Amino acid sequence: MSAHLQPTGSAYFIAKETELAETHTLSVLVDNEPGVLARVIGLFSGRGYNIESLTVSETEHEAHLSRITIVTRGTPHVLEQIKNQLERLVPVHRVVDLTVRAAGLGHDRPIERELALVKVHGSGEHRVEALRLADAFRASVIDANIEHFVFEITGKPSKIEQFIAIMKPLGLIEVCRTGIAAMNRGPQGM
Amino acid sequence: MSGTENQMTGAEIVLQALKDNGVEHIFGYPGGAVLPIYDEIFQQDEIEHILVRHEQGAGHMAEGYARSTGKVGVMLVTSGPGATNAVTPLQDALMDSIPLVCISGQVPTPLIGSDAFQECDTVGITRPCTKHNWLVKDVNELARIIHEAFRVAQSGRPGPVVVDIPKDIQFATGTYTPPSAVPTQKSYQPKTQGDLKKIEEAVALMKSARQPVIYSGGGVINSGPQASHFLRELVELTGFPITSTLMGLGAYPASGKNWLGMLGMHGTYEANMAMHDCDVMICIGARFDDRITGRLNAFSPNSKKIHIDIDPSSINKNVRVDIPIVGDVANVLEDMVRLWRAAAKTADKARLDDWWGSIAKWRARNSLAYTPSHDVIMPQYAIQRLYELTKDRDTYITTEVGQHQMWAAQFFGFEQPNRWMTSGGLGTMGYGFPAAVGVQVAHPESLVIDIAGDASIQMCIQEMSCAVQYGLPVKIFILNNQYMGMVRQWQQLLHGNRLSHSYTEAMPDFVKLAEAYGGVGIRCEKPGDLDDAIRRMIDTPAPVIFDCRVANLANCFPMIPSGKAHNEMLLPDEATDEAVANAIDAKGRQLV
Repeated sequence: MSAHLQPTGSAYFIAKETELAETHTLSVLVDNEPGVLARVIGLFSGRGYNIESLTVSETEHEAHLSRITIVTRGTPHVLEQIKNQLERLVPVHRVVDLTVRAAGLGHDRPIERELALVKVHGSGEHRVEALRLADAFRASVIDANIEHFVFEITGKPSKIEQFIAIMKPLGLIEVCRTGIAAMNRGPQGM
Repeated sequence: MSGTENQMTGAEIVLQALKDNGVEHIFGYPGGAVLPIYDEIFQQDEIEHILVRHEQGAGHMAEGYARSTGKVGVMLVTSGPGATNAVTPLQDALMDSIPLVCISGQVPTPLIGSDAFQECDTVGITRPCTKHNWLVKDVNELARIIHEAFRVAQSGRPGPVVVDIPKDIQFATGTYTPPSAVPTQKSYQPKTQGDLKKIEEAVALMKSARQPVIYSGGGVINSGPQASHFLRELVELTGFPITSTLMGLGAYPASGKNWLGMLGMHGTYEANMAMHDCDVMICIGARFDDRITGRLNAFSPNSKKIHIDIDPSSINKNVRVDIPIVGDVANVLEDMVRLWRAAAKTADKARLDDWWGSIAKWRARNSLAYTPSHDVIMPQYAIQRLYELTKDRDTYITTEVGQHQMWAAQFFGFEQPNRWMTSGGLGTMGYGFPAAVGVQVAHPESLVIDIAGDASIQMCIQEMSCAVQYGLPVKIFILNNQYMGMVRQWQQLLHGNRLSHSYTEAMPDFVKLAEAYGGVGIRCEKPGDLDDAIRRMIDTPAPVIFDCRVANLANCFPMIPSGKAHNEMLLPDEATDEAVANAIDAKGRQLV
C-alpha cells in the first residue's frame, strides 16, 4: 500500500544485472539482398547489443544466401533476445547460437578461425627472428622486399593475437583481420 | 492474359497492386517524386485518395483506419520531407503493431546518392521504424514487392512497411504480376498455430489455479474479432478475472462481470492488486511493457506465468514466463477453450471464491473516485457524461496522449474491439485527431470522437482542413485545462512542483478556430451545461471542436509512482499534496 512506500528504482526500471556476461558466436543465414547487413547491425546498435566480431559473405550464390557470423557478448537472457530479435528480421532465415549448439554436442566451443595479414618491418637481425617466429606459427610470407614482410596467418583468434603481440617489438606496421568464421564440429549443418 | 496486357508503367502497377490487395482508401500528400502515381490516381475512381495537410496526419489516419477495420492502412508520400514526416506514424505503428503500407516516392535512380532536391535515404531512415522496407530498383520487381509488403504488414505480428519507389521506376514499363502468382519470401513465414503440448500444460495449470488473472493486450484486437470471441468464451468458462492493457480495451466488454478495469501505471487498484497477488497469470497478446509491470523485480512475485504471443521475441523479453506459447491469439485461444471443455474433470469455480472475495475488497477501495464539483467540470465527469450520452450509438473513440487519454481509458467503457484507437507504445501527441479522421473515412455513418487535450490537439490541428474538405463529421472533445496535464503531474511528482513550460499561456480560441476551418465550435464551462452541449456536438453533422473547460489542476489517479510495485499504488484519496511530492524517492527521480 502507498502508506509504506519503499525506496526503489523507477518506472523505467533498470534491473541490476545479476547474470554473468558470456561470449557467444552466432551464425545467421540471410537472403543476400540490399541492406540486409545494415538491418542486422542496426538491430545490434539500436538495442544496445555488442558486436565483437562480424564477418559476412555470400555462401550460396544460386540461392542468394549469405552467412553472417557474429561474435557477441551478453548475459544468457540478452543472448536469447538477440537470437529472437534477429529471427524477427524479414530476410533472416535461421539463427544458430553456435556456442550453445557446441555445448549440446559435447564440445568446448565451435570451430572458430580467423585470417590475418600482418605487415612487419623486417631488416637487420629482426628479419631472421620474424621469419623464424612466422614459421613457428605456420604463417606464410606472401609479400616481401628487403625491408618488410607480409605474413598470412590463419587460426584461432587467440593464436592470431599472440602472433601480433610477438611481432610488435619486431617492427609491426599494420594488421588486417577478417573476423571470425565459425561452424560446429560433426556431420550436421546449421 | 497475354504478355502485352501485363505490361504497365510503374505508376500503373502501383495502383493495380493496391486494388488487387483490396485497398479502397489511401491517405497522402503529393510531391515531385510521386507525381506519376498521382497522375494514375487522377485517372481512376476505384481507390479514393484522402488529401491530408501533413504527412504525419496521413500516417495516423491510416493507423486509425487500420485499427478500426482490421485492414491494412495505406499512406502515400513524396520523397525527402514527405518521407521524414512519415517517420513518427511509422514508429507509432511499429510499437502498437498496426499494419501500415507506406508508399514513398524517391528521386530517380541515377540521382540517388547525389543529394538531389528532396532526396533522403528513406530506406535508411525508416529501417529501424518499420517491420521491413524496400527500395525498388527494377520495375519488374515492383508488383512482387508491393504484394509482399502487404503480406508482411498484416501477417505475424502486424507492423508498418515502406516501399520506396524512385520516379524513373514509376515511369518505366514492366510486367505486372498478380498477388497469386508471387512466391512469398521463404525467410518470413510466421508461426500462427500454438504448440498443443504447451497449450495442454497451460490448461492444466489454469485448472489448478486458485488466484488466476487474465492479462490481455492489443494482440487480441490485432488477431481479429475471433480472438475477442474466444477470449470472452474463455473468461466465461473459467470464471477468471480479466484485466487488459491500454491497447487491449474492448476485447472483453467493460460491462462484463469479470472485468477488473485496465491495469498498469494508471490502472485500477483491483487490476494491479490481482496482478500482484495472483498465482497464475495468463498473458494474452500483451508484452509486459514497463507501464504495465512497474518495478520489475516486484512484479507478480508468486505467480506462474503463461504468455501467448505471435512474436517469439516478446517472450521472456522483460519478464520470465513459465509456459510460452508462440502463435496467433485466436488460434491458441480456440485450442485453449476446446481443451478446457474436453478436460475430464471440470474445474470447480467455487475454488475461486476466496480470490473473488479479495477482489471485491480491492474494488471497494473505489480507486477511480474523484471529488465531484458543481462549479467546474471535472475531467473524469466529462468523460463519464460523454460515455453515457454516446454508449447507445455506434461510437469510435480515439485519443491523443496525456491525462485525457488515461481518463478516457478509465471512464469510457468499451464493449467491442476495434472501437478504441490510442497511441500506446510511442505515446504520440497529435495521434488522435488524424486517427479519428481515418476511422471516419472507414465508417462514414458512425460517431467518431477524438478525446483530446488542449496541448495534444494543436500538434495535428491542421487536419481540420482535411475533415472539412471530405465532409467527415469527426468530433474533437478537448479536455481543456490549459496545461500539458501529464507533464505538469510529473513535474509535481518529480520536480518540486516547478512547472517548467507546461502551462499554455496563449491558448487559441478553439471555437473561432473551428469556425475558421469551416467546422463548428462549441464551448462548455459549467457542469450543468455539459449534457446539452455534448448532445449538440453529437447532432452536428460536421466536424466539431468541443472546448470543454475542465478543472485546471486535476491529476490522474490512481497511479503506480515511478519505481514502485503494483501493490504500492497511490490512490486518489491518499494523494495529498505531500504524498504526491514524496511519492518518488531521489533514486527514482534520477531514473524516470
